[in-house]
Amino acid sequence: MTPYLAITDQPIDVAAALAAVQTDTAGAVNAFVGTVRNQSGGRPVRRLHYESYDSMALTQLGHVVAQAYEKWPMLQEVAVVHRKGTLELGDVAVVVAVATPHRAESFAACQFIIDTLKQVVTIWKREEYEDGTEWVAAHP
Amino acid sequence: MSLKVTLYGITRDIVGTSVIELPAPAPTTVGELLEEMRRQYPALGELRSCAVAVNHEYADNDHPLHTVDEIALIPPVAGG
Repeated sequence: MTPYLAITDQPIDVAAALAAVQTDTAGAVNAFVGTVRNQSGGRPVRRLHYESYDSMALTQLGHVVAQAYEKWPMLQEVAVVHRKGTLELGDVAVVVAVATPHRAESFAACQFIIDTLKQVVTIWKREEYEDGTEWVAAHP
Repeated sequence: MSLKVTLYGITRDIVGTSVIELPAPAPTTVGELLEEMRRQYPALGELRSCAVAVNHEYADNDHPLHTVDEIALIPPVAGG
């Protein structure tokens, strides 16, 4: 039941995250995989840089997962792995994997965790274009 | 005693360093700290948001600050 939470500067092993939530008591494993896209708002993106305030990010991630356990008491296992550093197009930036007995709660809990993570977890994204870089979501 | 504030992302670019020390008389609350930082660096006021974290938790304006606290300026996050 202890969630597997990590922030890493190494490539993310999606299969390992899925394996981490696998349990005989849960029939539904759901995963969200976020990858680096080649454009943002119509502007070609060359690569991404993620910066993390690790200790706070892990604290906040723990809060998000605790909220998910409260909302879906049947939630059994959770794994969240977020990458930091420089990522190339197609690289995996984040994996959220959850396991529940039935699928509806599995989809819902997975979506809640990724949506909430993006609002509170202290990780910042800087997009690199042909002609410069920009911190994502910094300005209105 | 000075107050040490760690900066991340765009706030570090704006201030030009990753740690800033505010000498005595240092701000005693989160609200005072934000006010002082925006006075020194007006570009911080142009961000979509600028929060303060005290010991890894988001803190309200009336939250007190102590020199032993781990204090950080938190610009809009964009994980995922």
